[in-house]
Amino acid sequence: MDEEEVADLLATYHISLEQLPKVYHDDPAVRAIGGDVGNVIRITRDSRTAGRAEAYRLVMKRPKK
Amino acid sequence: MTSPKRVGRIEFGLFSPKEIRKMSVRKIIWADTYDDDGFPYPQGLMDLNLGVIDPGLRCKTCDQKAADCPGHFGHIELAKPVIHVGYTRLIRKLLRVTCRSCSRLLMTAEEVEKVVGPEDSELAGDIVSEKDIKKERVCPHCGEQQLKINFEKPTTFSEVFVEDGRKTEHKLTPADIRARLEKIPDDDLRVMGVNPDVARPEWTILTVLPVPPVTMRPSIILENGQRSEDDLTHKLVDIIRINQRFKENQDAGAPQLIIEDLWELLQYHVTTYLDNEVAGCPPARHRSGRPLKTLSQRLKGKEGRFRGSLSGKRVNFSARTVISPDPNLSIGEVGIPLAIANEMTLPIRVTQFNLEEMRQYVLNGPERPTTRSPCGANYAIRPDNRRMRLSDANLETVAEMIEPGWTVERQLKDADIVLFNRQPSLHRMSIMAHRVIVMDGKTFRLNPAVCPPYNADFDGDEMNLHIPQTEEARAEAEILVSVQANILSPRTGGPIIGGIHDHISGIFLLTHRIRHFSKEETLYLTQHLPLDHLPEPDKIDAAGNPFWTNKQVFSLILPEDLNMLFHASSCQNCETCRREMCENDAFVQIVDGNLITGTIDKKGIGAFDGQILHRIIRQHGMKQAAQFIDDVTKLSIRGIMLEGFSFGIDDEDLTRNEYGQIDEALKGAIGDVERRIKIFNEGQLEPMPGRTLEETLEMQIMQVLGKARDRTGEIAGRHLGMDNSAVVMAVSGARGSMLNLTQMAGCLGQQSVRGERIMRGYEDRTLPHFRRNERGAEAHGFIASSYKSGLSPTEFFFHAIGGREGLVDTAVRTSQSGYLQRRMINALQDLKVAYDGTVRTTGGRIIQFCYGEDGTDPGKSSYGAPVDVKGIVESVLKEEVK
Ligand SMILES: [Mg+2]
Ligand SMILES: [Zn+2]
Ligand SMILES: [Zn+2]
Ligand SMILES: [Zn+2]
Repeated sequence: MDEEEVADLLATYHISLEQLPKVYHDDPAVRAIGGDVGNVIRITRDSRTAGRAEAYRLVMKRPKK
Repeated sequence: MTSPKRVGRIEFGLFSPKEIRKMSVRKIIWADTYDDDGFPYPQGLMDLNLGVIDPGLRCKTCDQKAADCPGHFGHIELAKPVIHVGYTRLIRKLLRVTCRSCSRLLMTAEEVEKVVGPEDSELAGDIVSEKDIKKERVCPHCGEQQLKINFEKPTTFSEVFVEDGRKTEHKLTPADIRARLEKIPDDDLRVMGVNPDVARPEWTILTVLPVPPVTMRPSIILENGQRSEDDLTHKLVDIIRINQRFKENQDAGAPQLIIEDLWELLQYHVTTYLDNEVAGCPPARHRSGRPLKTLSQRLKGKEGRFRGSLSGKRVNFSARTVISPDPNLSIGEVGIPLAIANEMTLPIRVTQFNLEEMRQYVLNGPERPTTRSPCGANYAIRPDNRRMRLSDANLETVAEMIEPGWTVERQLKDADIVLFNRQPSLHRMSIMAHRVIVMDGKTFRLNPAVCPPYNADFDGDEMNLHIPQTEEARAEAEILVSVQANILSPRTGGPIIGGIHDHISGIFLLTHRIRHFSKEETLYLTQHLPLDHLPEPDKIDAAGNPFWTNKQVFSLILPEDLNMLFHASSCQNCETCRREMCENDAFVQIVDGNLITGTIDKKGIGAFDGQILHRIIRQHGMKQAAQFIDDVTKLSIRGIMLEGFSFGIDDEDLTRNEYGQIDEALKGAIGDVERRIKIFNEGQLEPMPGRTLEETLEMQIMQVLGKARDRTGEIAGRHLGMDNSAVVMAVSGARGSMLNLTQMAGCLGQQSVRGERIMRGYEDRTLPHFRRNERGAEAHGFIASSYKSGLSPTEFFFHAIGGREGLVDTAVRTSQSGYLQRRMINALQDLKVAYDGTVRTTGGRIIQFCYGEDGTDPGKSSYGAPVDVKGIVESVLKEEVK
């Protein structure tokens, strides 16, 4: 998602970037679409209850153990 | 919406000896506690610097009294280092991965990088573990040959020397180990997952022991005036004594053997002080033989500090007793024994409007003689919060004194709202709000229709009761927690409260086929229903007596605009449904609130799939639904009482004819099995694809015997008709199944363990009653007898084997699902649905962008769907839609 979309998203839910769900940068799905740390990705899934459902995740670095 | 503070990180580390000494306010050297005058010894375990517990004394460290002094740590200087049992696994790992001479990690820099990953890589690497080091290698840094390290529980480490093929073990003392750990470089520790800034490994070997403040190990004075010390104090006494003896022996130059023994004893005492349930270590015991409760035991387990004191607490304003049924109560009511109602109170603020009422409560006093007497009060609280216990002596005076600003703690009375709970509280319907009915007797009474959500029965179950103490709590209880607000389960979106057992048998017997009732009978059936008048009679006989049909009687409790079509539980799922003409009267048709055809049973009013109930909730709301449950349960109880309902041993009897047929069927099946075994033995059996010959045979045998059992069921079922109570219960869905009936009257069938015939037992046979390697039906758990005819000894053994599996399964399942439940609740308990429909944590972090992705509350849904389209169309069109 581009910066404007992200700003809109954060405004819609009255949240900061940190409060979004996260996904690791090395997640296979993130790699496949070329997501970078700090990006927000939109996920559209088939939903058993709603037909289609959208979710958003902030790409973050996998922390060292 | 952000939380005001965030936890950045949590650091876990070890106390260094230096830190322990620094936080200590006193070095403890004497094992004694109090002198003859009952005064604490200086530098003893109860030293006044460690805090005070006796009232009147002042703490020598902070100069505060017992109530205010938090307590302060002291310390014991150990004569020799000892291992901390909690870290033996870390010590073992460190000894095995580091060099015995130079204490470096037994890996080259390149090997380390392979495991940990490059220093500044994006990817997180692993930490070095024992597996990464080859056994008994040579140190890459100093060339020293490494030895195997043996660890013996609880705290013994030794090195294994191999000399001329002979192995000798050499014990490592804690001092040796400490010396090695001290030399491990900081950088080597980091790759092993240890942060040396806060946890140097040598600190796992204790040289100085903290002495906890007396406030956490207070001594108690027994009735006979003797002091009794806390378990921790007992243990510390042991440690100091041995420590002292060790020093004396060392100074006197005692032989090495004695020194070693004492060292081991000191290690034992410190070990049990930290954890008295270590494997391989006999627990330290009290003089009475009771194992001591030391540090670990205070924290661990269900009664430990975490689960027992922090996440679970005991409460006031609660009561517990046995439950018993009362079908005359509404589902929203609960019967409370007078003794409990007299003891439990709720606070009412005195205002100028209720002053007289409150005065009367006070005058009535704490003893209410009968359930019909007006309730009294147990306490009056003055505006300065002083609490006055009411007794016969002061009733009048207090009644005179009270005025606005006071609070009166009034006894429980009818229609008060209370929370009712049965453990295990697995879902939210395990706690529901009921209205009080004060009753005689000693048990809580509840309508059997609310048993399913509590999973309660009356074989001795006990339940808990809590009295909400504030207006807010009462409002919340009534609106959110009341029984009627919980008829629909949020799990399925269908009803969970409804008819059970006799309710279903009763309504089935009442509504099955068409029957006519005289006026007398009709009034008997309906006398507990809130009705004004009877409908037009269905027919009037020659003598002019009116008669009503059973379906008319049932229709009396239906809302007038109800239109439904569905198949009852008793529906046989015939290929082409004959609908109105159904032989079993299983096609339920309700038009404008009148039952036209069909039998009402489990599908109609049952606790888990009551369709009528569900429709009433959707169309008329919870209040009407609760009323309907009350009505239908009362009507069905009358319905079953009209003729009575019982089951006896002779209800399982068949005729000689059927017994002959059953015998024949079983003999045929057993013969069939023999024949197949013969084919198998002759090598003529065709294996099924992907199966061995044995498996094929086993499957065939299981199939033949399964069919035989079903056949006996059919034969028995032919004889047992609707006049048999067990058949009525099975068909209506009230309880039991036709299988149960088959097993009672026909044949028990094949007993199995893990889905296979019983194969275990003695050598090549299940029981000594059979020949070795016998494959026949009887030899592997086929029971041809029925419960009625009784089992033969061998059959009885097989039945016990099969039954045991079921018991083990339930035991394992409940413990596993209980633990799963605990973890789920811990993970989910603080999530909530925000006003914008998102699911968030307390910190405002989003878990779901829309609750359940469709934003539907399943508890307000129709089996998960937000709108019950089929139901709406049906009620409008008044006919079935697919
Ligand atoms: Mg029970
Ligand atoms: Zn103090
Ligand atoms: Zn070395
Ligand atoms: Zn049918």
